[in-house]
Amino acid sequence: MAVTVKLPTQLRAAAGGAAEASADGSTVGEVLQALYAQHGELRDRIAGEDGELRRFVNVYLKGEDIRFLDGLATPVADGDEVTILPAVAGG
Amino acid sequence: MPAEALKCKECSTAYPLEARYVCERCFGPLEVAYRPPSSDAPALKRRIQAGPHTLWRYADFLPLQGPARSALPTGWTPLVRADRLAERLGLRDVWIKNETANPTHSFKDRVVSVALARALELGFDTVACASTGNLAGAVAAHAAAAGLPAYVFIPADLEAEKILSAGAYGARIVGVRGTYDDVNRLCTEISGERDGWAFVNVNVRPYYAEGSKTLAFETAEQLGWELPDRVVAPVASGSLFTKVARGFQEWIDAGLLAGELPAMHGAQAAGCSPVAQAFAAGTDVCRPVKPDTIAKSLAIGNPADGPYAVDLARRTGGSVESVTDDEIRAGIRLLAETTGIFTETAGGVTTAVLAKLAESGAIDPDERVVAYITGDGLKTLDAVRDGVELAQIDARFEAFEAIEAVEEVVA
Repeated sequence: MAVTVKLPTQLRAAAGGAAEASADGSTVGEVLQALYAQHGELRDRIAGEDGELRRFVNVYLKGEDIRFLDGLATPVADGDEVTILPAVAGG
Repeated sequence: MPAEALKCKECSTAYPLEARYVCERCFGPLEVAYRPPSSDAPALKRRIQAGPHTLWRYADFLPLQGPARSALPTGWTPLVRADRLAERLGLRDVWIKNETANPTHSFKDRVVSVALARALELGFDTVACASTGNLAGAVAAHAAAAGLPAYVFIPADLEAEKILSAGAYGARIVGVRGTYDDVNRLCTEISGERDGWAFVNVNVRPYYAEGSKTLAFETAEQLGWELPDRVVAPVASGSLFTKVARGFQEWIDAGLLAGELPAMHGAQAAGCSPVAQAFAAGTDVCRPVKPDTIAKSLAIGNPADGPYAVDLARRTGGSVESVTDDEIRAGIRLLAETTGIFTETAGGVTTAVLAKLAESGAIDPDERVVAYITGDGLKTLDAVRDGVELAQIDARFEAFEAIEAVEEVVA
């Protein structure tokens, strides 16, 4: 299933300048793996060595923080939008 | 102590002093790093004491390249010895830092002063923010004073007092349907797409956050160049809380203060307490929450500096506590009735946590405690509405005597 992944400005250089990418998968985690397969440099930026998200990376599915859903195991549907953003704003 | 770089708090990667807030390598937050002061402590102290009665007297410890000034003077707020409050709490040395005395009645004037000054140095022409309320007013006012357009993004259900007071300054106010965390996410996206816009708490956040250090500098100077034993301060994103400690630490390192960091106690509302929950659970992972509290100015469910706040509380022998909405209302009343300072819900949270700590015996009666009252009660009037009675009478002396008699019976 094709999902659109929106990339923050800080990650675009590692994705050839693109603001978004299309990636396949049935969960958020699979979509991210597919994204890393396209742009290898993104893996280290987004995930730690254990494959979990780094602590200052937020991932949203259709605007909802995936930590309120099922984390990386959250299922995605065709045409969904996944957004990656830095967590250090605000306050 | 000139600023020399932005440094990642996670991996220490250094960046130039630009409008950046995120480490491109690991997404960690960037913080301003300084060279050690070139003057000795007596010279630094003399320079501070000769400075203006605003936060710019601490310019040696702020990240500006040129002369520090702003059109809306901020800071140098009263530090009030609160003996009647102390007595009620069984303590002897309690001080209130009264941040309602700032131009827009909250500590946010400090962070905005620094962010705006730096934004102008960096060539920005528009200011913006994601706000839980107090920041909206501060950004709108400081932008107006500087003659810059301002965009203020807030949760659409914010208190009317905060919306109207920000709007009076002529800022463009955008109410976003959702929580503050939704507003923040949107602003993080927008800030990447709008050149020329300085989002004070997004792309210029490292400079903005430095403004909160002046809360520590002023407190220490007003205490006669001494450190308090304990601090109670509100925690929303955790930025103020961690920067107050950093301010004290910088002055210890510079030889301006002798001693150790105070025990740092963070205050949260039970209806939005991701940091207090992490502290209680013994972890530094702050699981995000959906806020449900009257303390809207602290209603950040996904706190950016949460892990650092937990760590700070733990290593200084402090804590992060939470209090219910009823305790918050009682805290507002307690502070108002014993000090004459009317605070908003966030100050109710801080006062209620101070009371809770005193009651639990966590504070030795002889310890010197400073509580940071960060905002004004006039901005959250609904919180006290139920506790205030209005006796309506005709304009006749007998009518007054009649209610006086009733009150005597009740008393």
